[in-house]
Amino acid sequence: MKPRPFTYVRPHSVAEAVAALSRHGESARILAGGQSLVAMLNLRLVEASAIIDISRLTELSNMRVVGNALEVGAAVTQNRLLTWPDLAKRLPLLAVALPNVGHFQTRNRGTVCGSIAHADPSSEIPLSLAMLGGEVVLASPRGTRTLKAQEFQTGVLSTSRAPDEMIIAGRFPLDKSRTAAFREVSRRQGDFAIVAIGAYLKDADTICLGIGGAADRPFVTDIALGKPVTDQIEDIVWQLGGHEDIHATPHMRRDLVRRLAPIVIEEARA
Amino acid sequence: MSEIEKGARVPVQLVLNGTAHTGFAESRMLLSDFLREVLGATDVHVGCEHGVCGCCTVLIDGVAARSCLTLAVQAEATTIETASSLASADGELNHLQAAFRKHHALQCGFCTPGILMSLTDLLRREPEPTRERVVDVVSGHLCRCTGYSGIIDAAMDAVNAGSPKT
Amino acid sequence: MSAPAPIEHAGLRPAGEGPHVGRALPRKEDAALLSGRGRFADDVAAPPGTLVAHVLRSPHAHAMIQRIDIKAALALPGVRAVITGDDIRKLSDPFLVAVKEPLPQWALAVERVRYVGEPVAVIVATSRYIAEDASELVEITYEPLPAIIDTREAMKEGAPLVHPEARSNAVGKRSFRYGDPETAFAEADAVVELTVEYPRNSFTPMECFVVVAEYRAHEQSYDVLSNFQGPFSAHPVMARALRVPGNRLRLRTPADSGGSFGIKLSVFPYIVLMGLASRIVGKPVKWVEDRLEHLLAASAGPNRVTNIAAAVKRDGRITALRMDQMEDYGAFLRAPMPGPLYRMHGASTGAYDIKNLSVSNTIVLTNKAPAGLIRGFGGPQLYLALERLIQRISVELGIDHIEIIRRNLIPGGVFPYKAAAGALYDSGDYPKAVEIALGSGRYDALVRRRNEARASGRHYGIGFAVVVEPGMSNMGYLSTLLPHAVRERTGPKNGAVSLATVNVDPLGAVTVTADAPVQGQGHATTLSQIVADQLGLDPDDITVNLEMDTQKDAWSIASGTYSCRFSPGTAVAAHMAAERIRDKLLRIAAKQLNVLPDDVELADGKARSRSNPDNALPFARVAGTAHWSPVMLPDGMEPGLRETATWCPPELEPPSRDDRINTSLTYGFVFDMCGIEIDPVTFQVRVDRYVSMHDAGSLLNPLLAEGQMKGAFVQGLASALYEEFIYDERGSFLTGTFADYLVPTAHEVPALELLHIESPSPFTPLGAKGLAEGNCMSVPACIANAIADALRVKEVPLPASPRRIHAILAGPEAKPPSTHTHAVAPSRGGRDITGRGSFDVKASPADVWHSLLDPAALKAVIPGCHSLELESENAYRADVSLGVGPVRGRFVAHVRLSDLELERSAQLSGDLAGALGAASGGGHVRLSPIAGGTRLDYDYTVTLSGKAAAVGGRLLDSAADIVIRKFFEGLARHMATPDTSAGERFLARFWRGLAKLLGGRA
Ligand code: FES
Ligand code: FES
Repeated sequence: MKPRPFTYVRPHSVAEAVAALSRHGESARILAGGQSLVAMLNLRLVEASAIIDISRLTELSNMRVVGNALEVGAAVTQNRLLTWPDLAKRLPLLAVALPNVGHFQTRNRGTVCGSIAHADPSSEIPLSLAMLGGEVVLASPRGTRTLKAQEFQTGVLSTSRAPDEMIIAGRFPLDKSRTAAFREVSRRQGDFAIVAIGAYLKDADTICLGIGGAADRPFVTDIALGKPVTDQIEDIVWQLGGHEDIHATPHMRRDLVRRLAPIVIEEARA
Repeated sequence: MSEIEKGARVPVQLVLNGTAHTGFAESRMLLSDFLREVLGATDVHVGCEHGVCGCCTVLIDGVAARSCLTLAVQAEATTIETASSLASADGELNHLQAAFRKHHALQCGFCTPGILMSLTDLLRREPEPTRERVVDVVSGHLCRCTGYSGIIDAAMDAVNAGSPKT
Repeated sequence: MSAPAPIEHAGLRPAGEGPHVGRALPRKEDAALLSGRGRFADDVAAPPGTLVAHVLRSPHAHAMIQRIDIKAALALPGVRAVITGDDIRKLSDPFLVAVKEPLPQWALAVERVRYVGEPVAVIVATSRYIAEDASELVEITYEPLPAIIDTREAMKEGAPLVHPEARSNAVGKRSFRYGDPETAFAEADAVVELTVEYPRNSFTPMECFVVVAEYRAHEQSYDVLSNFQGPFSAHPVMARALRVPGNRLRLRTPADSGGSFGIKLSVFPYIVLMGLASRIVGKPVKWVEDRLEHLLAASAGPNRVTNIAAAVKRDGRITALRMDQMEDYGAFLRAPMPGPLYRMHGASTGAYDIKNLSVSNTIVLTNKAPAGLIRGFGGPQLYLALERLIQRISVELGIDHIEIIRRNLIPGGVFPYKAAAGALYDSGDYPKAVEIALGSGRYDALVRRRNEARASGRHYGIGFAVVVEPGMSNMGYLSTLLPHAVRERTGPKNGAVSLATVNVDPLGAVTVTADAPVQGQGHATTLSQIVADQLGLDPDDITVNLEMDTQKDAWSIASGTYSCRFSPGTAVAAHMAAERIRDKLLRIAAKQLNVLPDDVELADGKARSRSNPDNALPFARVAGTAHWSPVMLPDGMEPGLRETATWCPPELEPPSRDDRINTSLTYGFVFDMCGIEIDPVTFQVRVDRYVSMHDAGSLLNPLLAEGQMKGAFVQGLASALYEEFIYDERGSFLTGTFADYLVPTAHEVPALELLHIESPSPFTPLGAKGLAEGNCMSVPACIANAIADALRVKEVPLPASPRRIHAILAGPEAKPPSTHTHAVAPSRGGRDITGRGSFDVKASPADVWHSLLDPAALKAVIPGCHSLELESENAYRADVSLGVGPVRGRFVAHVRLSDLELERSAQLSGDLAGALGAASGGGHVRLSPIAGGTRLDYDYTVTLSGKAAAVGGRLLDSAADIVIRKFFEGLARHMATPDTSAGERFLARFWRGLAKLLGGRA
């Protein structure tokens, strides 16, 4: 389990990183935390002609409040976001979702934007970003553009990032709610969610509900508190697609959503 | 911009357990292999090479990380700490190590260096973690021998005895 | 001889007065291990110039090897050799096998592969990185064959044969009968029957296999360092395969080993393989197994299907047992298999006083990785069946589970007790142990918890398991496999020779070596306690070196660290050797102190007169005499101070004429009790409380004893709830990473309440029994019983994963509201992955048909196609890159078209192979004219295997789907703009299992 050979590039600026990405073409990969990418390289599942290491780019190491969002640079680790002093107050969803991401040791190096870029359907960070209506900032030789989370992630490991584009930041809207709830079902602590569910109170009558792991991308919907919740959930479970793996059948995934979602919704209301 | 061509071997400089080292590595060499094979740090153990078992955990600039998920060239100009830095020069075990011995928190000892480094990071950041928090951090490691209870007891004992000396 | 009464354990005795043995002494091994100064196999420097090996493995569960092309791999700079089965066959012989059927196995596959992960070639290079690069350049053509995975299916007439020469997948059948089971069943008030399946798993040590091998041409000998664990009965097997006498296979083990649990026996085929590789390249060769290889192919415990039945009286007394055991060893029967079927044989009736018994054993071969040694070795399989049956009897008779146990336990006061099939249980008081456990373990509180939980509608259950834990195997037990007449001819096999050496140097420093390689149990500490007691020294004064060297150390076939032979075996040999040194020193000292030997004692580092303690000499001085001054020794005494003791207890007799066999020397007792609850939301089994009572005879070091029990407990828990090697029905292996093979973490482990009593074994001088395997045997049974109690079901499949619990709990699902078109993902139903789809193409059927048959058009429509050539009429060979997201692989595809019906339909079949794995399958395409074009309908059936399957899980279905989908989509796009109503959804579903492993941590 050793990687295939590749060219390693350490740019000193975003501009250099973008240039390197263009120069090395489609099979160049951005390396930030490496917690997914290097494992895939070791297993030789990825063909990568060049690895562009942005983990030390100071330009991308910032978290700052821009307008009414927290902008998290592409080199910011998950544990750093977890220690942002206002997290619990202004981003309560992330405060409860982030501790479920991998383990202490992988969060030390794994980045927030790396998780978004990886576009795993059961990941907590892309799910949270989608639930909050956040954005992804992409840079390319054509300049920068901003995409809504829901536009960015298109399917399993698939995004609308062009081959010459890289994520430079994720934007998490602040103060969407005062509290939030998040739970997931996995075989062991830190494993990938079989089903992950988050919720927060949007307004007095509406809950924003997000489901990960049960469809090919995060599923986000509104739950009207005035109507019976179980009926709305029954409707939702049939929209998820569902897939089978060694840990769960589609039926089991639907049942997990049926049983877990009402609990998370209740917690979000509390 | 610095660029290392496919197949080229370049010098990598880093500080390992307080001593400056330079070794040569290809761009694709894993930090775990570099530490073990090039610098002779055989206290870095390799148990899975896909980031799950935690055997290879070292401190990179003070932060616990999987060395199997890090490229050697990424460690250029960093400070690395491994388990052999924990005891004093004359071999006296620190609180955490001594607690491991007392609670029989190791059998084969293969997982142990990685677990010690994770706990070292934790106890430096959070000198008084709860038992739950310790379990959470140790759950980033696999141990096949002990059943974990001795490890958790040892860590809590070290918490009560004060943070490790290093 | 009668056994002494048990002693209730009074907690762990700390340091202080009295002997060192029995104290909870912290380990002498720890300081180095805690400081990163372990000396594991991969840490030990290999000679300069050592080359590195990588093993290329089969992606197929069953296939013929048609051609291996090594040219491109050999041409890669840094590559020294690519070795295949043909090379191995020339230089070595197949491994010896325990049954008479022909099941030849060499160190590399010869002609045929029989499981996913079977070694097919070895690449030797200057680095592992290069060797892995080269392995991707080796081109192997396989002809896939039907594989057989299910144990019961494999036994049926007409099943694909794993070894056609053996003419059946069921070999080595034997039946046994003790007492009069037929009459007992005929006279029973009731017969309770159950079928129980024990799954496949392994206790995967954290350190994988390591071999450093050097062929020494001038001596024609092999010098190997490996983290092998024994039994050393494998040494003759290796030497025979290498065609050398034993003295020309020097096997050494390192100072430390990163766990084994039986698994590291199975490094032995690789010792042979790397020895041969070294011989071929003329340099030392090192191989370090990686985790993917380990999970794929290192070893596994055999899975077993047991049909078990009991004849019972109305009051719950069992009068007879009948067991039909079918044990699945995978593709080969590696020595010393089928050990697990026979290791427990003498103790088949467990802790129960049952006089009538019939057992039939069948060895089954399937296309799974070969099984091997594993902690528990036959015990978990036996006790899952037996203890589930006991619980079932309680349900069917309406008598409390614990009452059924009480009424059938072997009573106290009858030890040594001869069990029906021949085990001679040495000591114990089972009813007493059970009653203490029920009391101290607060059974009443557990019942209250269950009542409360049930009253509020929760699924709560209580389980028990009762286990007799064998220690130190009789090497003759495997010969029970042979009928008595054959045993007569080949001569009796029995015993379990244990060896240890105590050496005292000229300065009086003591060193101990023994025949039990290190695995992490702390044997050095225990041996130092034992020897210190005999010599009046401190354990710190004793150096213990457990590295082994077959050319220099005392060893025999039973040597090794397995089957709990340390405490009843090796420890006794060390005790005996130390006694002899002591006696010698007493005689030397008596002469010098001018007293009788009886008046001398060794204590506090001195030899002194008991009657006049001031009359003393330092230990070193007395010991030195034997080296420096032979003239001063008592008459007739040999100079020097080195004793090797051999221990082979007489109780380990060969199987008797009527097939009774005392399978082990000591028999400990374990009684477990637990409460579990099923989480109503997640379907997870949560262990609420777990109590385990042990009687392991005298505990040599209670701290280490409890360490073994805690470790075994978690492995038992893992078998019950988490770990499983999963194969699909075609033989693809689906659990190749630690993301899918679920070793529990600290988070998953409940508290364990341990209780002890001690009934010293009368058969060993130290009174100690084996104790490290009992919980591997008891926990799966105990938890399964609790689940059966909670859910009131008869069958409890293990591991009891949420998926399996869901299948039990969830009834049929309500249909979706009709307003939804239920999204359909490719499904993995039955044997294969199947799917179908449809495209509308804006071109005439004739044009579409033409494209399908035109290589140039095909190349254009297949995404990622590098080249496509016509191999023969309607048969193509394509070189394609496939993938989604960052995950891509290059494959060679062969596609054939048949049953052509002009412009209407065709059948496709083919296969695909690349570094990521292999696929094969077939399907139909149908063209029908529609307004403005053609409707193209297709369906397919695909099976995948190899790395992608092993590390992907979910990726299987998606990968298959994408291969086919992309082809048709490309075809449609080529013809015109397709109307992709079926959706992008399919396209994007790739490597989802991989995502599960890797995603989110980015
Ligand atoms: S070796 Fe790095 S996590 Fe297992
Ligand atoms: S002590 Fe052996 S793996 Fe932890």
